[in-house]
Amino acid sequence: MEDHGHSTTADPASAAPVLTLDKITKTFPGVKALDGVCLDLYPGQVTALIGENGAGKSTVVKTLTGIYQPDGGQILLDGHPVPFATPQDAADAGVTAIHQETVLFDELTVAENVFIGHAPKSRFGLINTRAMHDRTGEILGSIGAQIDPGVKLKDLGIASRHLVAIARALSVEARVVIMDEPTAALSQKEIEELYELVDTLKAQGKAILFISHKFDEIFRIADRYTVFRDGQLVGAGQMIGVAEEDLVQMMVGRSVDQLFPKSRAEIGEEILTVAGYSHPTEFEDINFSLRRGEILGFYGLVGAGRSEFMQSLIGITKPSKGAIRIDGDVRVIRSPAAAIKAGIVYVPEDRGKQGAILDMPIFQNVTLPSLHMTSRNGFIQLAEELALARQYTERLDLRAASLDTNVGALSGGNQQKVVIAKWLATKPRVIILDEPTKGIDIGSKAAVHGFMSELAAQGLSVILVSSEIPEILGMSDRVIVMREGRIAAELDGDNLQPETLVRHAVGISVEGEAA
Amino acid sequence: MSLTETAPRQIPDRLRSPLAAKLKSWESLLLAVAIGIFILNSLASPYFLNAWNLSDATFNFTEKAMIAFAMALLIISGEIDLSVASIIALASTAMGVAMEMGAGTPVLVLAGLTTGLICGGFNGLLVTRLGLPSIVVTIGTMSLFRGISYIILGDGAFRGYPSDFSWFGQGYVFWVISVEFVIFAVLAVFYGVLLHKTNFGRSVYAIGNNATGALFSGIRVDRVKMILFLLTGLMAGLAAVCLTSRLGSTRPSIATGMELEVVTMVVLGGVNILGGSGSIPGVVIAAFVMGLVTFGLGLLNVPGIVMSIFIGLLLIGVIALPRLWSMWRG
Repeated sequence: MEDHGHSTTADPASAAPVLTLDKITKTFPGVKALDGVCLDLYPGQVTALIGENGAGKSTVVKTLTGIYQPDGGQILLDGHPVPFATPQDAADAGVTAIHQETVLFDELTVAENVFIGHAPKSRFGLINTRAMHDRTGEILGSIGAQIDPGVKLKDLGIASRHLVAIARALSVEARVVIMDEPTAALSQKEIEELYELVDTLKAQGKAILFISHKFDEIFRIADRYTVFRDGQLVGAGQMIGVAEEDLVQMMVGRSVDQLFPKSRAEIGEEILTVAGYSHPTEFEDINFSLRRGEILGFYGLVGAGRSEFMQSLIGITKPSKGAIRIDGDVRVIRSPAAAIKAGIVYVPEDRGKQGAILDMPIFQNVTLPSLHMTSRNGFIQLAEELALARQYTERLDLRAASLDTNVGALSGGNQQKVVIAKWLATKPRVIILDEPTKGIDIGSKAAVHGFMSELAAQGLSVILVSSEIPEILGMSDRVIVMREGRIAAELDGDNLQPETLVRHAVGISVEGEAA
Repeated sequence: MSLTETAPRQIPDRLRSPLAAKLKSWESLLLAVAIGIFILNSLASPYFLNAWNLSDATFNFTEKAMIAFAMALLIISGEIDLSVASIIALASTAMGVAMEMGAGTPVLVLAGLTTGLICGGFNGLLVTRLGLPSIVVTIGTMSLFRGISYIILGDGAFRGYPSDFSWFGQGYVFWVISVEFVIFAVLAVFYGVLLHKTNFGRSVYAIGNNATGALFSGIRVDRVKMILFLLTGLMAGLAAVCLTSRLGSTRPSIATGMELEVVTMVVLGGVNILGGSGSIPGVVIAAFVMGLVTFGLGLLNVPGIVMSIFIGLLLIGVIALPRLWSMWRG
């Protein structure tokens, strides 16, 4: 493997890093989440960690906070190797994280929330409330928040709660602060306040790891960048002198390779038309049509409203307005049962909760939506059930010990094959695949992709929701990009370029459009 | 993990033979316990091994078991109905009122069953339409239904049911085989087939294991739950008919505490209280176990309070045993 510029060598300018990840590798069954990555965090500097969904960012955060133990490589604190065997070790080393969703307790006071688990004790081993309130006041003061440490959390607004979450992260003696998409749920004003906070922390000499999808804020506050792709380091350096283009290029990287066996299927008549689909909070004014034999990609960042919209097509989320037509006839779908009847099926992203019933055998999972086909007058015909399950699971090359194995005992990729088999057994006309290859191994991925092509060739219409650009570009005939609940662009032909997709998804103006 | 990776492409239907699976099941363990208790009983009392005495023993569980079958399905689906004993009180009171108005046996039975159905439907609506937790809803209706019964009866009682009405609780179909026992047996088969052989039963398991997954798979989760609450209410109504017929009177305190005995029977039968697994054969054997224990202790003149201690210990013992066994081995 080519050695990509390790940032210490690429950039000898500043002080020694506080914390270094040195060739860290982390493998999960079937997936190499981190493959020899390096990361340096410098005191008083903000390092932005950039990468597509699934690039390995969360795994890095979990490694840095002692939740995951790496299989290879080492973590260096001030140049000395330290084991981060438990979250406590990481906290003792001064690493703290502000998560996307820090768990807070409504019925406890601000001070109790900040110091939960490590409250200052009095001589008798009881909580020293006064010291706790004083310390909380100091921390809140240091980040410019004016919140009474004694009020209950439930009496605070969203913005103040967020500050409490930050105060909690800072309540340990922090040298390294990890911010994992901290602005995802904030308004513009709160984001500005957060930037000020970041500046304060920098001035205090803390090393900050800033994870974000948003280019504008990366350019606003980061001093350095590190880009991951598919669990590997692809680039690192100082923000000065780097252009947006370069970062996008690194993120997207390799040309769309031959992994994707998209055979051009014959695209036929319109099957599904969606007009003006809207929801009070999740999505607005979605319009598109889907043709026979077509694979239509839906790209967007996490939280763009793709899954919520897809779930409204099968009657889980209720749209506030809009209509769908199937073969030109208006159909109202109020439940998944109705969707199955109409020929629309959905392979959800959350396999464990929505896709499969993990504690039930493979064959029962496969036949669940098509029990009417394997029964007579409501009575189960076991032989027919097993035959149907066998037909579709073997077609998908499922690897399992037996058909009565519980789905929960299978690997992620094989679980996904069971879920896809289950929906194909209903003989649908439109199949919606929501992140179908997320967290599954390369082999299963290829099987899913191959199968997708085969289905389209047989005249099935496929909607592919994916955050993986190579997958979207490799498989789709046409791509719709969603941003903040709306359709940001509909692209086909020569417009199907990685950069174009990312630009529309993050909201950077595209050449040719007014800036 | 590695097992799944190296398996052949031809996937066998099953690895263990169904017989081997049955031998290792909860039901076999429970059956062994039942046989043990049977032997202990016959050694402890000379009156135990008598056809008429054994027939009497069945009345200890037949009414509870009728409810327990429906309750088993309800608990497997992840819900519970704690109001069943109060439904019996209200259904029995309804029959009493109907009798006072001069109704004959068919109308009495209809009154009991209908009341049960309405009560079950009320529980079901609150749970499925409003999305309330069934344990809270049915604790509420437990007080509500019996409360109505108290308002109607005060500290009085309905007596003087028509003589042909006594057939349900006191009649015999053939020799020592009572009407109640036949109802129990028929319902055991009915619920066994419903749970284990039909699409409806499969949906019940799917909902109990993962209600969201079941919904996404096109199962009408609320409709299935509604049907289960209706069935449980109907069974409580049927138990009210049998119990009222057997006692020959209605008091508002009738069947007090029976809901816990029903739940005990279901759990003892191997149904997971958190939903998702369990079987009707298990509940059938559990009914026999509980009946035999109660009857055996009765023959030995053990007072009721002490009996409930035995039932409690039995429940904890049978449930803890497999857990202790696996802890000891692992």
